[in-house]
Amino acid sequence: MISVTPNTSNTETLDLANLTTEQTALTINDLNLYYGENQALHQVSMAIPKNRVTAFIGPSGCGKSTLLRCINRMNDLVEICRIEGEIKLHDKNIYDKDVDVAALRRRIGMVFQRPNPFPKSIYENVVYGMRLMGVSDRRVLDEVVENSLKGAALWDEVKDRLNDSAFSLSGGQQQRLVIARSIAIEPEVLLLDEPTSALDPISTLTIEELITELKAKYTVVIVTHNMQQAARVSDQTAFMYMGKLIEYADTNTLFTTPSEKKTEDYITGRYG
Amino acid sequence: MDANLNTSKHISGKFNEELEAVRNKVLSMGGLVEQQLHNALMAIENSDQELAERVLSSDHRVNDFEVQIDEACIQIIAKRQPAASDLRLVIAIFRTIADLERIGDEAERIARVAKESFNKDQQQFLISLENLGSQVLAMLHKVLDAFARMDIEAALEVHQQDAQADRQYEALTRQLMTYMMEDPRGIPKVMDVLWSARSLERIGDRCQNIAEYIVFFAKGKDVRHVSPESMERTVKGSASNKPASD
Repeated sequence: MISVTPNTSNTETLDLANLTTEQTALTINDLNLYYGENQALHQVSMAIPKNRVTAFIGPSGCGKSTLLRCINRMNDLVEICRIEGEIKLHDKNIYDKDVDVAALRRRIGMVFQRPNPFPKSIYENVVYGMRLMGVSDRRVLDEVVENSLKGAALWDEVKDRLNDSAFSLSGGQQQRLVIARSIAIEPEVLLLDEPTSALDPISTLTIEELITELKAKYTVVIVTHNMQQAARVSDQTAFMYMGKLIEYADTNTLFTTPSEKKTEDYITGRYG
Repeated sequence: MDANLNTSKHISGKFNEELEAVRNKVLSMGGLVEQQLHNALMAIENSDQELAERVLSSDHRVNDFEVQIDEACIQIIAKRQPAASDLRLVIAIFRTIADLERIGDEAERIARVAKESFNKDQQQFLISLENLGSQVLAMLHKVLDAFARMDIEAALEVHQQDAQADRQYEALTRQLMTYMMEDPRGIPKVMDVLWSARSLERIGDRCQNIAEYIVFFAKGKDVRHVSPESMERTVKGSASNKPASD
C-alpha cells in the first residue's frame, strides 16, 4: 500500500493584498524615506506574511536595503534620514515615540552581507545577546548555544571546538555563526541583507537550505542581488525600482508571469 | 522584430544571439516540415513516386533539427537560467519542435501511401483526400506564421479551424466506409487512404497544440485541455494576471 505524506510545508499561495492578522508579521504603510533632499523610498506599502520568506530584489540603489533597514530602525543611525509612514509589528508602529529600539532589535534580528562575528570564541559569540540581557546561568547558556548552532546548521561542525576563536571558521561557517547569534535571542523576524554575497556557491547553498528551515520558526526577509536565489528561497518576492515597490507577488508567479513590464525586464536581464 | 519577442534587448549580447539562433532554427524546421507535408500531398495527388521518395529521404533532416534545437534549449537553460518570457519562449520551443517532428512523421506516412500504385477506379479515393490535405496544410502554414510573429489572434484562428478539419475527416471516413462496403476487394487500398486521412487529422491536432504554445508564451497561461471558449477569453480578454508585454 502506498502511503502519501501530506505536504505540510506552508507554500500555498497567500492573497498578499488581503492577509489576515493571523498571517501577518509586518505591515508597511505609505512609507516615505528621505536622505536630506533626496527621496529614497516612495509610498511603499506591503504586508509581510508570518513564517514565510519574503525577498526584496531590484537593481543597485533601488531602495531594497534601505527598506530592509527600516524594519529594525537601522536608518535611525543615519543623521540626515527622515521617515514618514509606518511599519507595524503586530499592531504597534515601530516608529512610535515610546518604542524601545534595543528591545525592537531583539525582536527583529539582522544579518549582514559580510559575516561579522565578534573577536571572541564561537560559544561567546552565540551567547553574546543573552549575556547582554543578563543571563549568566551556564546551563541555560549551554542549551542556547546548542539549540542556536543546531538551528543554524553549524552544530555538527563546531561542537568539539566551541572555545576556538570565531575567526577560525570559514566565511560560510562565520555567516551561519552570525545567524546562530541572531536566533539565540529568539527574534520574531530575521532580516538578511545579502547574506551570501560574500560566500562561495557551496556555502551559499547551505545558507539557502538553512533559510528554508528557519521559516518554520521565524519570519524571514531577505535582500538579494542574486535573482535565482530569490527564486529558490523565497515564498513571495517584491521587486523594487527607483525607490518604488513595482510588483509584489507570489515568487512562482513573479518569476514566470510577472505582470509589470519593469519586473519582466529586470528578471530577464534586459536592464541593470 | 515583433514587440512580443524582444530577444534583442538583453544586456548579454551572447544570450540575444543564442535565443535568436534557436528561434531561427525553429522557423527553418517549420519551413522544412511544411515543405515535407506539401510534397507528400503533391505526391499523392499526382502519383509522383519520385517526390514521395524525396519526402521519405528527407525526414531525417526534420529529426536532426529536433535534436539540435533540443540541445540548444538545454544549453540556454543550463547557462542562462531564463525567466519569465524567456523561459516561456524556451518551453514553447521545446513543445513546438516535438509536435513539428511528429507532423514530419505523419508526412512521411502519407508519402509511403503515395508510393503505392492505385488503379483508375481507386484514384477517386485519393481525390477525396485533397480537400482535407489542403486545409490542414493551410493550418500548418498559418500556425507557423503565427509562431514566427507570436501572433495570438492568428493562433486562435488556427485553433478554431481544427473543428472544421475534424468534421471533414469524419465525412471522409464515412465516404471511405461506403467504398469498402461497395467493393470489399478494394479494402486494403481504402485503408491506406483512411490512414492518410487519419494522419492529416492528427496534423490538424498538432497545429492546434502549437497554437496553444503560442498563447502560453504570449499570455503566460496554459490553455491545453481548456474549453474553446476559455481559450478565446484568454486570447481576447485582458485576463487579470496577464504577463508583462509592450
